[in-house]
Amino acid sequence: MAAAEALSAERPAALAWRRFARRRVALVSLAILVGVVLVTVGAELLAPYPQGRTHATDVLANPSRDYLLGTDTLGRDTLSQLLYAGRVTLAVGVSVALLATFGGTLIGMVAGYVGGSVDSVLMRLTDTLLALPALMVVMMGARMLGDSIFDVVLVLSLLGWMAVARIIRGKVLSLREMEFVASARAMGAGTWRVMFRHLLPNLVGEIAVAVSLATAAAILTESVLSFLGFGVSQVDTPTWGNMLGGNEGFMTVAPWLVIPPGMAIAVTVLCVNFVGDGLRDALDVRGDGHSRSSRRLSSRGASTGLRR
Amino acid sequence: MTRFVLRRIATMAPILLAISFAVFWAANRIAKPGYDIAINPRVSPAARAAYLESLGLNEPLPLRYLRWLGDFVTGDLGTSLVRNGSDVWPIVRTALANTLVLVGTAVVLSLALGIAVGTVSAVRRNTFADYAMATFSFAGISIPVFWLGLMLQLFFGLYLANWLGVTPPLLPTAGLYSPGRQGFDLVDRIRHLALPTMTLSLQLIAVYSRYMRASLLDVMTSDHIRVARGKGLAERTVVIRHGVRNALIPVTTQAAVDIGQLVGGLIVTELVFQYPGMGRLFVDAMTGGDYPMLLATTMIIAAAVITMNLAADLFYGVLDPRIRRGSG
Repeated sequence: MAAAEALSAERPAALAWRRFARRRVALVSLAILVGVVLVTVGAELLAPYPQGRTHATDVLANPSRDYLLGTDTLGRDTLSQLLYAGRVTLAVGVSVALLATFGGTLIGMVAGYVGGSVDSVLMRLTDTLLALPALMVVMMGARMLGDSIFDVVLVLSLLGWMAVARIIRGKVLSLREMEFVASARAMGAGTWRVMFRHLLPNLVGEIAVAVSLATAAAILTESVLSFLGFGVSQVDTPTWGNMLGGNEGFMTVAPWLVIPPGMAIAVTVLCVNFVGDGLRDALDVRGDGHSRSSRRLSSRGASTGLRR
Repeated sequence: MTRFVLRRIATMAPILLAISFAVFWAANRIAKPGYDIAINPRVSPAARAAYLESLGLNEPLPLRYLRWLGDFVTGDLGTSLVRNGSDVWPIVRTALANTLVLVGTAVVLSLALGIAVGTVSAVRRNTFADYAMATFSFAGISIPVFWLGLMLQLFFGLYLANWLGVTPPLLPTAGLYSPGRQGFDLVDRIRHLALPTMTLSLQLIAVYSRYMRASLLDVMTSDHIRVARGKGLAERTVVIRHGVRNALIPVTTQAAVDIGQLVGGLIVTELVFQYPGMGRLFVDAMTGGDYPMLLATTMIIAAAVITMNLAADLFYGVLDPRIRRGSG
């Protein structure tokens, strides 16, 4: 049974990989991302200095052989901080993306499959949340909760599931009219069984694309929040965002404090977006919901919205 | 048509009401009105109760909400707790005007450039130019806006100025006017708008050009384009007269939604460039615990966003009858 499943699941995966690998940009981006993950996860091995180590005699030092990217106002090595911060930033981005996609998938599936008044209520909620000025709501939410990593992940996940829900609902609306759903129900499968055993496997492409786009959005939003001082506290946990926020005032005398973290965010997000785009092509996912108005809303939620 | 408009407005009203309550609740949680008095050990309980009563803070939240809503609807936004007790509305009005100037400039500029870039990408699709523009768009949505702002400040304010040996720098990096300037000066104002506009526009152009490309490619497969070609019109005329005009609908609608979103979404740009608009007012009110100001800014921003969404929906319905008859 397991072997047969693995065999039938192998084929589309291999096909998707082949189509993904055909796109050189996506492949290069994936390689860069793997590199970024390895470098930040291995920060203990690679960073020249331990996290948060201050050098009282080398405050705001220029880049040199001792400090490849200079030091900040407390004499902390920028390169080391960058590596440790990257780990936090990536972890927040990925956790938010997974949580938001999980919630969005669940809500989208229920709304699309159950339909009726459940659908109306859920979609009204989704549209209302999508229609709010996103960054403002996130900032107020973060202000109410706190500045630990957990709080930031919670706020971003609670306010990041809507675009996914719309996309999944649109797909489920068309899937539920297909014969395999009718036959599953004729064989006595209940609502949850149809949703998880029959619909979910058909949503894998959408979910994969949603996770990648949500990761890009979450990294950017987290960095904006932390930059503004509403995100992860800069006292003990460096992130790329709060490295920028804390050092903005020294930009003119120590540009090495603001250029590398920003570059790191930009390159990482760019690569995630390219990978997501490659996945979209490889898995044959249309990037939008089913109707015109939902297309407008969902694609804006996925691509812009939060970061101005 | 009238029914469509009325139905849309009718669905928006309860949403706006629900949001106003959520805003009121959140503002109370964040700014904690009366909190500093309540924890001050040198204030006697009697004085504390009298103070809270004078501000109406002794009443339960729903009652205070209704009172605030009544005041808000009749145009009484209260007085600021921080800015020497001055009225909230004139401050908000000035900030709103400043923000709208910046948003309007950025959206109009980005729309024009985005439409041009998108049209070229669609006409020359899968050529080097198309790929180059796609890469540019990806960069545009991936670069953090605040960092782009900082980099533009560094470049124009420091490196370019040093290299050219000019002081003050070519473009001012902060504020609305040059220090010490009196009265209105169009050139000075435009120069101060330049860098914030650039910061905003990169992302907007990236988004609009992708929309325009997709929309134009979609339109170009439709029957009326085949008819136009069949009539023997020049390809240029077909694209511009019959293609672009129809493809503009989703892009301009998106721009309308963006104007609403940007009124509250400019927070980052306004802070980086110290531009006195709604976003900065909102952040100042939130960090300073200025409760009436926080309520006023959040509510006006939320109303602006929802109104522009409604306007975009109606606009869409007017232009495309299929939407009107659809699920609505």
